[in-house]
Amino acid sequence: MTILAREQRHSITVKVNGLRYTGMATPRTLLADFLRHELGFKGVHVGCEHAVCGACTILLDGLLARACAIYAVQADDTSVETVEGLGKPEALAPLQAAFQEHHALQCGFCTPGILMSAKAFLDDVATVGVAPTEQQVREMLSGHLCRCTGYDGIVKAILACAEQAIGKSRHESG
Amino acid sequence: MKPVPFDYARPETLEEALALMANYGDDAAPLAGGLSLGPMLNLRLARPAVVVDLGRLALHEIDSLSPDRPVETGALVRQAFLQQRLKADLIMPLVGEALDCIGHYQTRARGTVGGSVAHADPAAELPLCLVTMDGSVWLQSTAGRRNVPATAFFEAALTTARHPDELVAGLEWPDAGEPGTAFAEFALRHGDFAIVAAAAIVRRNDDGRVSGIRLGLGGVEDAPRVFVGSDDAVNNFKDFVEQSMAVLRPTDDPVCDAPYRLALARKLGLAVIVRALERAGLHP
Repeated sequence: MTILAREQRHSITVKVNGLRYTGMATPRTLLADFLRHELGFKGVHVGCEHAVCGACTILLDGLLARACAIYAVQADDTSVETVEGLGKPEALAPLQAAFQEHHALQCGFCTPGILMSAKAFLDDVATVGVAPTEQQVREMLSGHLCRCTGYDGIVKAILACAEQAIGKSRHESG
Repeated sequence: MKPVPFDYARPETLEEALALMANYGDDAAPLAGGLSLGPMLNLRLARPAVVVDLGRLALHEIDSLSPDRPVETGALVRQAFLQQRLKADLIMPLVGEALDCIGHYQTRARGTVGGSVAHADPAAELPLCLVTMDGSVWLQSTAGRRNVPATAFFEAALTTARHPDELVAGLEWPDAGEPGTAFAEFALRHGDFAIVAAAAIVRRNDDGRVSGIRLGLGGVEDAPRVFVGSDDAVNNFKDFVEQSMAVLRPTDDPVCDAPYRLALARKLGLAVIVRALERAGLHP
């Protein structure tokens, strides 16, 4: 059993986007702050700090997680995916390219979290093999606050990617 | 905001976790998915001396193997996982419908059934379902295990029958496979906390005749409550709802005053009963 003292900084090792990193954190350090300030993954945005706005959404061991409602010590020995793992400015992931094409962002503060949710959502879509309705996409997006776009471009971008995801899964299973 | 400093314990087994609870009691905050406790820590509404992270305990099982026994879920079954299983196995339609209303796609991915029940928000969907289905909660401490009916478990807002040295280990969901269930809630936005939530179950005998009705209401009072009616109540369900309304003592707060809360309870209560009757093949 592990017990970590409150005032001590403890060594935490996390695999981020496929590479292992080690940093220091006290028990109350938010995973979002650890990823940003200790490991330098500035794509993890911190908005509300109480699991509502969705800006810090990441994948933790393959499951969506609000990185502000998890403490870094919990993530020791886990695997994290952040927006930095999706694509690079010079080589956008298809999802990111679709966001660009459909004007799915303006200020961009909420975008990294939405991209991670969309990635998980599209993986689900590919598994199930059924195209989501616009309503389902909007319900998924209800877990993210975007105050610029009115969500319309985001919905279009995700629906466009969903069609591709289904085509691809059909191709693979066929 | 950031939480107050706390010690962090991560037991690897249930025995280790229970030893910690026995040692720290009220000073310990058991942490499951963290979608309720995390925000409470960050807002400093919770200031525990030690956070006991249950994340690595083996409480992830769903046992629905025998149809004559309640479905059992370990406390750490994630809401999204249960949602997928219920849809695949076609069991517990009431819980399946309620799960669609819980938080968001992102929070259900990590939120657990035991965490929601242990947290005991008055408007939470899973506590309401558990009460309506006449389910129960398994509590465990170093002294042993006990089973508490859901109707006795939820005492008030964020207050349960769990003793400070106990953990919620699992939940039992009696599911007779009735198609006659319905769930509905009113929230200001999809995924927000419900202001009022309602659940109904129409029970039938082996010969197919209606034997009774259960109407659960959440968010109206400081804990979910179930009203149980006979076959007579099914035939006169409007009277049954009115009698139930007369018993309720609705919460009055800045979000929603008591008369409006009662009006929501009446409207949603009637709506879920009508839908449950329709789904049971009965025409109200």
